[in-house]
Amino acid sequence: MLAIISSPSGLEQLWFSLIALLWVGYFFLEGFDFGVGILMPFVSADDLDRRVVINTIGPVWDGNEVWLLTAGGATFAAFPLWYATVFSGFYLALFVVLVALIFRGMAFEMRHRSSSERATRWWDRAIFWGSALPALLWGVAFADFVHGVPVGANATIGGTFFDLVKPYALLGGLATLSLFTLHGATYLGLKSEGDVRIRAHGVAQRIAPITFVIVTGFLAWTYQSARTMHHVGLVPPLLPVVALIALAGVGWLVRERLEGWAFIATALTIVAFFTTLFLNLYPNVLVSSISPHYDLTMVASASQPYTLEVMSWVALIFTPFVLLYQSWTYWIFKKRVARPGAASEALRDTTNV
Amino acid sequence: MSLLIAGISTLSLARWQFAVTTVFHYLFVPLTIGLGLLVAVLQTASYRTGDAAYERMTRFFGNLFLVNFAIGVVTGIVQEFQFGMDWSKYSVFVGNIFGAPLAIEGLLAFFMESTFLGIWIFGRGRVSKRVHLASIWMASLGTILSAAFIVAANSWMQHPVGYVIDPKTHQAVMNNFWAVMTNSTFIAAYGHVLFSAFLTGGVFLLAVSAWHLRKGHDLEAFSKAAKVAIVVTVVTAIATMFLGDNQAKMEEVQQPMKMAAAEALYNTESGASFSIFTLGNLQDNPILQVRIPHILSVLATNTWNGKVQGINQLQKQAVHQYGAGSYVPMIWVLYWSFRIMVGLGILLFLLGGIGLWLVRKRRLERSPRYLRFATWMVLAPFLANSFGWIFTEVGRQPWVVNGLLTTSKAVTAISPGYVAASLIGFTAVYSLLAVIEIGLMVRLAKVAPAVEVPAEAERDLELVY
Repeated sequence: MLAIISSPSGLEQLWFSLIALLWVGYFFLEGFDFGVGILMPFVSADDLDRRVVINTIGPVWDGNEVWLLTAGGATFAAFPLWYATVFSGFYLALFVVLVALIFRGMAFEMRHRSSSERATRWWDRAIFWGSALPALLWGVAFADFVHGVPVGANATIGGTFFDLVKPYALLGGLATLSLFTLHGATYLGLKSEGDVRIRAHGVAQRIAPITFVIVTGFLAWTYQSARTMHHVGLVPPLLPVVALIALAGVGWLVRERLEGWAFIATALTIVAFFTTLFLNLYPNVLVSSISPHYDLTMVASASQPYTLEVMSWVALIFTPFVLLYQSWTYWIFKKRVARPGAASEALRDTTNV
Repeated sequence: MSLLIAGISTLSLARWQFAVTTVFHYLFVPLTIGLGLLVAVLQTASYRTGDAAYERMTRFFGNLFLVNFAIGVVTGIVQEFQFGMDWSKYSVFVGNIFGAPLAIEGLLAFFMESTFLGIWIFGRGRVSKRVHLASIWMASLGTILSAAFIVAANSWMQHPVGYVIDPKTHQAVMNNFWAVMTNSTFIAAYGHVLFSAFLTGGVFLLAVSAWHLRKGHDLEAFSKAAKVAIVVTVVTAIATMFLGDNQAKMEEVQQPMKMAAAEALYNTESGASFSIFTLGNLQDNPILQVRIPHILSVLATNTWNGKVQGINQLQKQAVHQYGAGSYVPMIWVLYWSFRIMVGLGILLFLLGGIGLWLVRKRRLERSPRYLRFATWMVLAPFLANSFGWIFTEVGRQPWVVNGLLTTSKAVTAISPGYVAASLIGFTAVYSLLAVIEIGLMVRLAKVAPAVEVPAEAERDLELVY
């Protein structure tokens, strides 16, 4: 690949931002879905509790997952070389993510229809692993984009599977895994009722400090290497600091039962976390660990202006509708999910949001 | 680069992977589209008339629809991501054009179907009846829209329009989005795909209702459902055949090799006969072949003595145009998949037609042989849909984008070990899912709906999942 020395056009910058936005939106939304799936075994005492947990995300998880499909489609359309290189290069990791998402999605629809206790337990495992594996692997993948993978001269990723699981990438995976779990805990605190809610608070308080340590370590490493490594991503010190401040407050907010604020804090951490990574990547879309000459740049991987223009119009016209009706679903299902028959109990409860 | 494992290339493994993923995904998609619309129709009937029988049918088939929808969604993610995984060179070559409909499909269709289906599943009793009804219509519209964009993308591979080849990058670059979205191939294929999906929904509704009628369950509700299903089956079977014929005539012009292979027509002929059936070798000296004179010319060109191009002439022409190589797809696959698809289509038309006659004679509920036949015919639309896509996709070979890029140049340069591992993995996952899915569908389809909604079910409103 020729090292093209030119700065990205306005359209390319717009689409890089939109794709970043789609991924950030995906992780903000499916982040708590994953967290809820991971926490299900830990905050439930019986099957009814597990159903309460699943029902907090029941109406929305599928819509949240469409953010991933749209991010994938938008990357394909706006930066075909990025899509092709990443999806073929992270072959096995992506295979695992896809299988995990398949079983997880099936489990939500099948679990409550299963004919035996044993089948239900298998679907429970599918929900846990189907949430935990993608939560871990997305972090590994995004850390790899920033820190570099063996992208060769022809814009394909060489090396082996083990080139993708270096310490920095593993730390990135642990960061997203813990962050999404915490995000799920604050979501459950906000959306569930009774014992599940209390247990979710307990979990959030217990995992908040360790999440803070992991995320701090990862962001510090990111910041450090962004300044010293060959690539020239934007390094805004403000964003990682915002992420860490928000994250530091989560334990306290949960203890004070400021559930709405606690959820906003984990949401803000996720948004700032991934925005930091995308800014760090700019103006590249994938960093080569072999040579900076092989870095995949926005300019080299972008579609032609005409395609980007068409896509911009489509996005401009239809995105507001999507955001409107998706927010409306959250409004419809704003009520907390409780164990059936616990409605009177819920009425007595007063909550600070 | 030699990419072989045990003598098998990345290319052939990737092609198998695409075939397995696509055929498996497409088992569920047409039922989602067809049954989604029918559930919306049933719920509208319930809303308008206040008839409790329609309400029972809405819930009963709505349940089956959801189980089917879930598996369509999860296999769809693989469908979208496999282009980059296995066909990265293709993805780079066509990304400027092919990516746009995929992205728009997500934005316009997938958000719509998933969000409104969420409201439909969980909103019963929480949103007004009118909003609840609107949500199933929006979800159904989402499924219908999603088919449009993916068929538009596929049609571009069959008949590329609205593009130029960039002289520097040698990639296909879009220069007319409107041309891509109004591709004549797309218009023709979309109608055929859409109506075959409605047909699938109709036959499914009929097959399940027929089973219950035979068992004497809830005769009032299931005979209403069966009547809706029979009308839908007749109308959509006719529409699907008509649109398919129209599409074939267009392919005769745009992809003559595909149609020549479908008929195993080796040499150009005027007033060509149509072969219904062949035993033995397709090329020379078949053991038995049933042919109807002139019919192929009529089907392909609408004229009695129209000229239909043959494989040998088209091959020569292709070599002249594109250089040495074989441009003939697998003839036996095309010949037979085409006949199975068309034959099943005709059979489904008969299913609907006989059903209509029985309904008019008021004998439907008392015709056990027909009802048994109708139940077994549930397999037919799924087979026809699969063979239809096998025909379309295999018939495009050796091209991945007709005339522009061959399949062998589209595949990712990756070790066959990876593709073999994921092919085995996905096949195992799909097999497991198929067993679970079919088991659950059959179980749910056999449970007679309760005429009185029990208090327990009302309490379940609080916890749907």
